Amino acid sequence: MGLGSGASCSISLNTVLTPEQQALYQDPDCIRDILSRTKTIAIVGLSSERQKASYFVATYLIREGYRVIPVNPRGGTILGETVYPDLKSIPEKVDLVDVFRPSAEVSAIVDQAIEIGAMAVWTQLRIINFEAAEKARASGLLVVMDKCVKMEHGRFSGSLHWAGMNTELISARRAKR
Amino acid sequence: MSSDRTRKFGFETRMLHAGHIPDPHVGARAVPIYQTTSYVFQDAEQAAELFDLKLYGNIYTRISNPTTAVFEERLASLEGATGAVALASGMAAQFAVFMTLLEPGDEIVASAHLYGGSVTQLTHTLKKLSIKVHYVDPSNLKAWEEAITPKTRCLYGETIGNPGGSILDLEALAVLADSKHIPLIIDNTFATPFLCRPIDWGATIVTHSATKFIGGHGTSIGGAVADSGKFNFARFPSIADPSPSYHGLRFFDTFGHYGFLMKLRVETLRDTGACISPMNSFLLIQGLETLSLRMERHVSNAMGVAKFLAEHPKVARVNYAGLPDNPYHALALKYLPKGPGAVFSFDLKPIGGDAREAGRRFIEKLELFSHLANVGDARSLVIHPASTTHQQLSDEELAAGSVGPGLVRLSVGLETLEDLIWDLDQALAAL
Ligand SMILES: Cc1ncc(COP(=O)(O)O)c(C=O)c1O
Repeated sequence: MGLGSGASCSISLNTVLTPEQQALYQDPDCIRDILSRTKTIAIVGLSSERQKASYFVATYLIREGYRVIPVNPRGGTILGETVYPDLKSIPEKVDLVDVFRPSAEVSAIVDQAIEIGAMAVWTQLRIINFEAAEKARASGLLVVMDKCVKMEHGRFSGSLHWAGMNTELISARRAKR
Repeated sequence: MSSDRTRKFGFETRMLHAGHIPDPHVGARAVPIYQTTSYVFQDAEQAAELFDLKLYGNIYTRISNPTTAVFEERLASLEGATGAVALASGMAAQFAVFMTLLEPGDEIVASAHLYGGSVTQLTHTLKKLSIKVHYVDPSNLKAWEEAITPKTRCLYGETIGNPGGSILDLEALAVLADSKHIPLIIDNTFATPFLCRPIDWGATIVTHSATKFIGGHGTSIGGAVADSGKFNFARFPSIADPSPSYHGLRFFDTFGHYGFLMKLRVETLRDTGACISPMNSFLLIQGLETLSLRMERHVSNAMGVAKFLAEHPKVARVNYAGLPDNPYHALALKYLPKGPGAVFSFDLKPIGGDAREAGRRFIEKLELFSHLANVGDARSLVIHPASTTHQQLSDEELAAGSVGPGLVRLSVGLETLEDLIWDLDQALAAL
C-alpha cells in the first residue's frame, strides 16, 4: 500500500474541474490521506467484465493490499468477493466508497455512504455531481471527484510513472519505502 | 500548505527533476541506467495481472524500462502532455503513431514541408499499408481544408518545416482538426518544447526525433510520442473498438486520456519492436537537463549567422523565420517568440549558372561546420540536401518541399559566433 515518495504535488491535467473546484475535490494531501487510511473500499458499479475500467481498478487495488467489496444489483461474486446490491447491505465497515456510476446516480449513493458512516466518497473520471459532493462534505465525508483511484495511487506510489505518464510530481527528496 | 501543492514548477526545474524521484533503496541522484531486458515477477498472479495491464509495471524492455520511463515522463512534462512513449528513433515514433491510429484505406493530410525521410515514410512505406497521403502547402489553410476527405484520419506537419524553415499556423490547424474531429499531429523536433509547445496551441499528439536538439550532442538516436490526452477517441475506431490483439480491450473506454499511448505502447511498440535502448534514454536525459541553456545559445547563434548571410553578396536568399523580411516571421513571433530554431537554409547564387556546383564547392571549403546528415548537434553542421537527404525525392517532390539545387542547410551549433561567421566568410570568399 506504500505511497512511495513524500511528494504530494497536485496534478492539473486530465480533469474538467476548474482550479477552484480542483482545490476542493482533488486536494493531493486529502487524496494521500484517504489512500493511506483506507483499508476497505466499496466499488459501486464494479463490473464482472474483465476488460472494463472498474475491473482494472479493482484488480489493482486488491493487489495493493486493499479489501475490495463489489456493489452491483446483479449480485454474484466478482474477483472472489460477494457482490452486494447496495452500500447499506454490506455487513462490514467501509472506509472509501468508489463510484463507477453515472453522475445522476451519485446523490443516492452519497446518501447511503453517509448512512453507513464511510470516511470518504470518490467519483471516477468525468463522474461529477457538485450537489452530492457538498452533501457528503456537509456530513463530514472527504470527497474526491473526477479522478481515478488507480491512477492516483499509482501516481504517488511511483508505478504510474513506469507507464510513461506525466505524474507532475517534483521532489529532490528520497522516496520512502 | 496547500499552496505548495499547486505550485507549477518552471520549465528548467522540470528539465532537471520531472520523472525522477531518488529511489528509496539506493537514493542515486543521477538517473540510474537499468540495462536489463526483463524484470523478475513477484509471483505468478502478479505476472498475469501485469500482462493483463491490470497493474502498472515492467515486463520486458521492448515495452517499457525504468530509465526510459524517466525520459518519457520528463519529455511529457516539458511538452505539457499527459504522457509519452519513447522509441528507437524519430522515424519509429512517427510510424508508431500512424500504425496506432490508422487502418488500411485511411488518409493523412500532411504539410509538403517535411523532413525527406518523413516524406518517403508517408508516401511509400504507408502506401504499402494502403494509407494515402495528400500533401499541401502548409501556409495555405484552405488547401488543408480542401484536402480533407471523409477518410482523413489526421493532419500532420512540422512546427518548423525541414529544410525550408516554414512555420506552421498551429492554432488555425488545431481549430480545423477539431472541427473535423481528427487529431493534429506535430513533429516538434526542430523547435523542442523550450521554443514551442504545440499542445498549448491545440495539437493532439507531438512527435520528436530526440536524436536532434533533445539529445543535443550527436550521440544517440531516439524518438518519442507525447499525447495531450485531450482528444476524444470515442468515435475513432482504431482506439475505441475492441482490440483483437489485446483480448477485446477497448483502450479508450478503459484508459481514457491515456488510451492512445497505452495502445501505442502495448500493441504497436510490442509488435513492431522499435524500442529505445536504456543507455540511449540515459544519454537523451542528459540532453534534456541542459535543453533551455543550449537552445538559447542555438537560437542566438542562428540569428547571428542568418544576419551575416543575408547581407553577403554571394547569397541569394536566407530562409530563416527570425529575419524580419521572412514570410513566416509573423508566425515565428507568435509561436516561437524565443527564436525559430537553429536549423535553416540559404540559397547560394549560381557559379557560371550552376547553383548545385556552388553548393558542393562551398561545403568543401568549410573548416568548422561538419558536413554530415544530422541536425541539432552541439557542433555546427552543414548539408546540401539536393545531393544527400533529399536525393531519393523526384524533382517534383523536391520542388514541393521547396528545396532548390543551390540550397545549403545549416544547423547552427554552440561555438563562438565570430568563429562560425569567420568560417562561412572564408568559404564564401573561395567561391
Ligand atoms: C524533423 C525530423 N523529423 C524526424 C526525423 C527522423 O528522426 P530519426 O533520425 O531520429 O529517426 C528527422 C531526422 O532527421 C527530422 O529532422
